[in-house]
Amino acid sequence: MNYVSITPQQRQTMLDAIGVDSIDALFDAIPASSRFAGELDLPPAASELELQRELAVLAGANRGGSTRACFMGAGVYDHFIPSFIDQIISRGEFLTAYTPYQAEASQGSLQAFFEFQTQIARLTGLDIANASMYEGATAVAEAALLALNSTGKRRVLVAGTLHPDTLRVLRTYMDDLPAKLIELPVSEDGVIAPAVIAEHADNDTACVIVQSPNVFGLIENWATCFETVKNAVTVGAKPLGVAVFNPIACALLKTPGACGADIAAGEGQPLGVPMQLGGPYLGLFSAKQEFLRKMPGRLVGETMDADGRRAFSLVLQTREQHIRGAKATSNICTNQGLLALRATMHMSAMGPAGIRAVAEQCWHKAHDLAKRIAALPGYSLRYGGEFFHEFVVTCPKPARQIIDAAKADGLLAGVDLSCDRMAHMGGENELLIAVTEMRTKAEMDALVASLKKHG
Amino acid sequence: MPTTMMKPAEPVHVEIPSDAETPRTRGERATEPLVFEKSSPGAHAVTLPALDVAETAIPADLTGEAPAWPELGMLQVIRHYTHLSQRNFCIDGEFYPLGSCTMKFNPRINEHAASLPGFTSLHPLQDDEDLQGALKLLYETRRFLEEIAGLDEASLQPAAGAHGEYTALKVIRAYFKDHGQPQRNKVLAPENAHGTNPASCTMCGANVIAVKAPGGYTDIDDLKRIIEEEGADTIMALMITNPNTAGLFDRKIDEISKIVHDAGALLYLDGANMNAILGRTRPGDFGADAMHYNTHKTFSTPHGCGGPGAGPIVVRDFLAPYLPVPQVVENNGVFALEFDHPKSIGKVRSFVGQFGVLVRCWTYLRACGPDGLREVAEQAVLSANYLAARLQDRYEMPFFHPESGRFCAHEFVTVPDRLLGKGVQLLDIAKRMIDYGVHPPTMHWPVRNCLMVEPTETESLETLDRFVAVMHRIADEIERDASSLTLAPQNATVKRLDIVAADRKPKTVFEG
Ligand SMILES: Cc1ncc(COP(=O)(O)O)c(C=O)c1O
Repeated sequence: MNYVSITPQQRQTMLDAIGVDSIDALFDAIPASSRFAGELDLPPAASELELQRELAVLAGANRGGSTRACFMGAGVYDHFIPSFIDQIISRGEFLTAYTPYQAEASQGSLQAFFEFQTQIARLTGLDIANASMYEGATAVAEAALLALNSTGKRRVLVAGTLHPDTLRVLRTYMDDLPAKLIELPVSEDGVIAPAVIAEHADNDTACVIVQSPNVFGLIENWATCFETVKNAVTVGAKPLGVAVFNPIACALLKTPGACGADIAAGEGQPLGVPMQLGGPYLGLFSAKQEFLRKMPGRLVGETMDADGRRAFSLVLQTREQHIRGAKATSNICTNQGLLALRATMHMSAMGPAGIRAVAEQCWHKAHDLAKRIAALPGYSLRYGGEFFHEFVVTCPKPARQIIDAAKADGLLAGVDLSCDRMAHMGGENELLIAVTEMRTKAEMDALVASLKKHG
Repeated sequence: MPTTMMKPAEPVHVEIPSDAETPRTRGERATEPLVFEKSSPGAHAVTLPALDVAETAIPADLTGEAPAWPELGMLQVIRHYTHLSQRNFCIDGEFYPLGSCTMKFNPRINEHAASLPGFTSLHPLQDDEDLQGALKLLYETRRFLEEIAGLDEASLQPAAGAHGEYTALKVIRAYFKDHGQPQRNKVLAPENAHGTNPASCTMCGANVIAVKAPGGYTDIDDLKRIIEEEGADTIMALMITNPNTAGLFDRKIDEISKIVHDAGALLYLDGANMNAILGRTRPGDFGADAMHYNTHKTFSTPHGCGGPGAGPIVVRDFLAPYLPVPQVVENNGVFALEFDHPKSIGKVRSFVGQFGVLVRCWTYLRACGPDGLREVAEQAVLSANYLAARLQDRYEMPFFHPESGRFCAHEFVTVPDRLLGKGVQLLDIAKRMIDYGVHPPTMHWPVRNCLMVEPTETESLETLDRFVAVMHRIADEIERDASSLTLAPQNATVKRLDIVAADRKPKTVFEG
């Protein structure tokens, strides 16, 4: 089923109109030596019904959050998603539209992105936001590029407490550029000490990047970090403070803007996007007004139509690759439009009170669970600092074993901090546990019992 | 009996909107208030279950305010987005012949597939043993993409076409660095390349040099000249789009490939136009060493108002060690994510990639099968040539010459000089198409004053014929009174926008 509806007879009509006798004639430009004469080695065409059956088997062969209570986090969180989002996002008018280059035929998506930008700017306490990046890690890399570009300096300081994938992506993006990525060592209490920033900042420093809550779930002191880096640089442009944020934490804790950040970048998945094995998600990117013309990605702005009525269009496209080519602020073209629509619907439905309640429940449930686990024999909290909805537990035996054993109890107990994927951010007994509003007391009881039994 | 009941109620004052503001059909409201303007303090669309654990005090010095978002009830939220949706053109509703974007039908089985809880509920850090169905699907997708490319190994990680370009260039650069040729840091790209090509070069620290492309084709003499002047051993790659951005298959692709390889450089294929060649030729057959796909073009994953897409890349075996990690592999029927690739460029995004998009891609490829894919390309090319043939008497086609056997591939370019000579702007023609329920084609690219039309294989003959009729009618209108088109669109949700004003003092957030 390839969704072609033209009949053989119509095909003949079309060939006649062109004046050729066969479709082969239209492929004549392909040199004989390059033609593919065989048949692609792919499975034969399947009907929709066959695919529904096969997909049910493939989906059924996984054991995720739909069959186990998920206490895994590390950048991706299991949050409540109101039912209407899946329904409304599926409307063909959203699903099957292109990027809104033709504004008069795209007012719906343009207005939604304008509202999205406003919501993200307000969430992060900054002036402006773009219409989405690919996901959190590339958003952070783009923030570093903006900092390099706007300060003309070369050193990017980054806290070693970022999520390891964000660090890996930053390494890739900084490599081959006239830039130097300095990874700041983590202090014994699991956060970045301002003194370390002061020690590494010099007059060639473009920015410092700090994630809060950080990879251990701990709340970093953004304000002090950003102030420290700015004070340490005395010549030329001031370095920028880049806050890597979690949108749910932002609804409860001090915002990047309130802490003096110049740019905020983060993973937007917690705003109504299912975990779906890592993507598609959306990168959130906001900044102070002064960076408007250096922003990566699409921006929607307000204007008027010929009758003087309010309308919306893409703005400052001269920043973008299709106009500026090699000098563009980023190469991004296709972004995460439909995910930004999801996120804006989510923000509108949750409202300030709803999102605040989500954040508070995350806090209370995580702290309640942390206390209960810390009271178990052999278990303790690895760090003493303030955390939001995620914390590191030191177990009496390897986290790997605890996680494996907990599966039989219907639990995804957390993330093993010593594994490759987490870049060995912790010892083998260290387990990273996240608790969102989704986890019930019964599930938390089950986790406590499981840890006790297997510890 | 209480006396108050006898008193007629005061009439409530309801403001009746003026005629112009009254929608005749649903999508026609002149303006839709912003979601912020619909806010009623205290309204809410959702409530959470009561907290079922004890509270823990939240230190005051850590907390801030809740975000200043609008407050609405659930019906108001749903109505808002329903209204917004009605202000969009979309493939489901309108013909959307955007050149280079491959706006084909988006099958709903794909959406069903991606929404299965057995996929959506997976955490990306789960163990491989819990992900066997998902990893099998990813592994098969990898294999399918390798086969269609005629190349050896795919990476599913890139998030979109531009991200695929970036990733592949990093891979090529890593290969040369590893082979003692770090000086190869120049990338050639034809002057009509998509903007992401040069932008991706800049992102990976490579210098990009434009090659002339008269008539749409990469100029062989200019290519040779640049290689000679710059020094063959400084060239990393040629990025080529084939069929090229003018919708033409490059007859000299073999020669171009030879020149590039003789210089010791590699050939990169921008696969945006793969829809034209599926199963008829493979990039590996014409010399490409690396390429990206845009699943949101060729493999029917929906564009979603700008994304998401996926930009998987495929490379020859000698480049494979440098691909991003993780790689999805199979051993005796067991699927795994492999991280231990010491020469890998690392990661270009978090986790595995755009999994939900790749599920749609797999579903489409399985639906089509090998014959179906070949027919996709054949019909896409036939439909484009049919439109070009039927429009060429009114709309000049600089690259379409059927009389001498020069056809277009899956899209064609028209530069309607005769009509433009009557005093209309290209923009006027485009906006007039909106009035007739057709989304305007790509404009001013790859050449100035052009429209680039890509019908795709999924449009019916009836739709193609209607498009021809619309284009003829617009030509008639121009010949009668060119100035009338400056008022277009008349039938859209808004009139022509003032784009210049939008850019002069950009207002990108609501300040109410
Ligand atoms: C020829 C060409 N190359 C590259 C791209 C970039 O792809 P993407 O938008 O998926 O990043 C596009 C499409 O936008 C294109 O048409």
